[in-house]
Amino acid sequence: MASSLLRHLTAPIIDNNPITLQILGICSALAVTTSLSTALTMSAALVTVLAGASTAISLIRRHLPSSIRLVVQITIIASLVIVADQVLRAFAFEMSQRLSIFVGLIVTNCVVLGRAEAFAMRNPVGPSLLDALGNGLGYSAVLLLIAAIREPLGSGSVFGVPVLPLASEGGWFQPLGFMLLAPSAFVLIGLLIWIIRTLRPEQVEVNDYPFQGTDGGARR
Amino acid sequence: MAETPRRTPWGRFLALPNDSLAKTLGVAFLVALVSATTVSVTSIALKPRQQAHIDAAREAQLAELVATLPGLAEILRATGADTMESVLVDLTTGEIDTTTDPAGYDFLAAQTDPALSDALPPELDLARIGRLPRLAPVYLVRDGDDLALVVLQIYGAGYQSTIRAYLALEGDLNTIAGLSIYEQGETPGLGSRITAPEWQALWSGQQVADATGEIAISVVRGGAAGPHEVDGITGATRSSNGVAGMVQFWMGENGYGPFLDRLKSEGV
Repeated sequence: MASSLLRHLTAPIIDNNPITLQILGICSALAVTTSLSTALTMSAALVTVLAGASTAISLIRRHLPSSIRLVVQITIIASLVIVADQVLRAFAFEMSQRLSIFVGLIVTNCVVLGRAEAFAMRNPVGPSLLDALGNGLGYSAVLLLIAAIREPLGSGSVFGVPVLPLASEGGWFQPLGFMLLAPSAFVLIGLLIWIIRTLRPEQVEVNDYPFQGTDGGARR
Repeated sequence: MAETPRRTPWGRFLALPNDSLAKTLGVAFLVALVSATTVSVTSIALKPRQQAHIDAAREAQLAELVATLPGLAEILRATGADTMESVLVDLTTGEIDTTTDPAGYDFLAAQTDPALSDALPPELDLARIGRLPRLAPVYLVRDGDDLALVVLQIYGAGYQSTIRAYLALEGDLNTIAGLSIYEQGETPGLGSRITAPEWQALWSGQQVADATGEIAISVVRGGAAGPHEVDGITGATRSSNGVAGMVQFWMGENGYGPFLDRLKSEGV
């Protein structure tokens, strides 16, 4: 029993990762991964909101009329996001300026609503909280990994501390401007998905629409 | 648990079928109530802390604005750091108000406080601020006996937020020394580009009024020419116009106009 509970926490980190397997929450993963500190703050905000939303929704799941189910879920999520945003503005002002709208956009992060609807609506509080934490950690792991590649290559620093001497300041390192642009995160996430699916072929989706030849037969 | 008789109204409410009208409305109302309370309490509890950050950022921006203005750093160095003088100006008479302490005056609160501000008729309200505070803080920098710089605090409505800025004027009180927007909530990536240093730099050196004394400064769509025109930002027309409107308003006769006229004729 304990191991199956723990499974809710560990499965979403690699085996059922919200970003690399479910392909959810990509937008913010592109936007906030130019530096490790923004990625870390965003991850913390998302984990908090996700855990809070899943717990709250799981608590009231038996009394949620199905007709207004999504509205109620979004209301709870949106309130938690505003609270997280306000807390950041009060206690990490500069970071909130750098993240600008992306904390607010956690509302539209499919990971949060996805876990509420798919898991917290049907499971007791304990597993829902673990599932939320697991998915939050899975999301955070990908964000931090992408940021750990983008920040050094794009600006020659780690957590804002210069590690590679920049050519513009007399060093040898010519930063890759591409790494500061959102498409680079797309490429990196794509490569990451490729690596994970090569190591774990069971993650490759079944091809629902195989190529059809003119004779109607499916070809490989 | 359905077998236990429910006597309390709460118990009866919970026992209602989930899809009944009463339960749907009740759940919606309760969720809204709890959510709204949480958000309001957080917002109000954290407001002072957030405002402290915003004030600190504003002061840092003022220091930065002053430091980047040409020649000003030398004046400040030559005369010592205390030369930046903060005064409160009575906007209607244009006189410096000596009865209120500038350090204790809350300009932000005065902007909406009915006791400290007056309603503005819409036809005069170029900055779309609704109410005009009676007193406004102004910073003066002197070079010897001459006025070197006047820094005004201005604000007005943009596309979807209130834009707040420092407007620095040179000693002739007509040439803009610099514009520095320190607070806005315009659309990120579009309207928020009014904070780009490149755009704010376009204002430096421009003349507010023409030779006849009429306020002439404006934001134009492409191809700004002459001393009274600034290029608008593509995709941020209403934010750019908002900035233009607030500069026009605050430099005009309903804003700091009377004070600037008095400074010009009488000196300080």
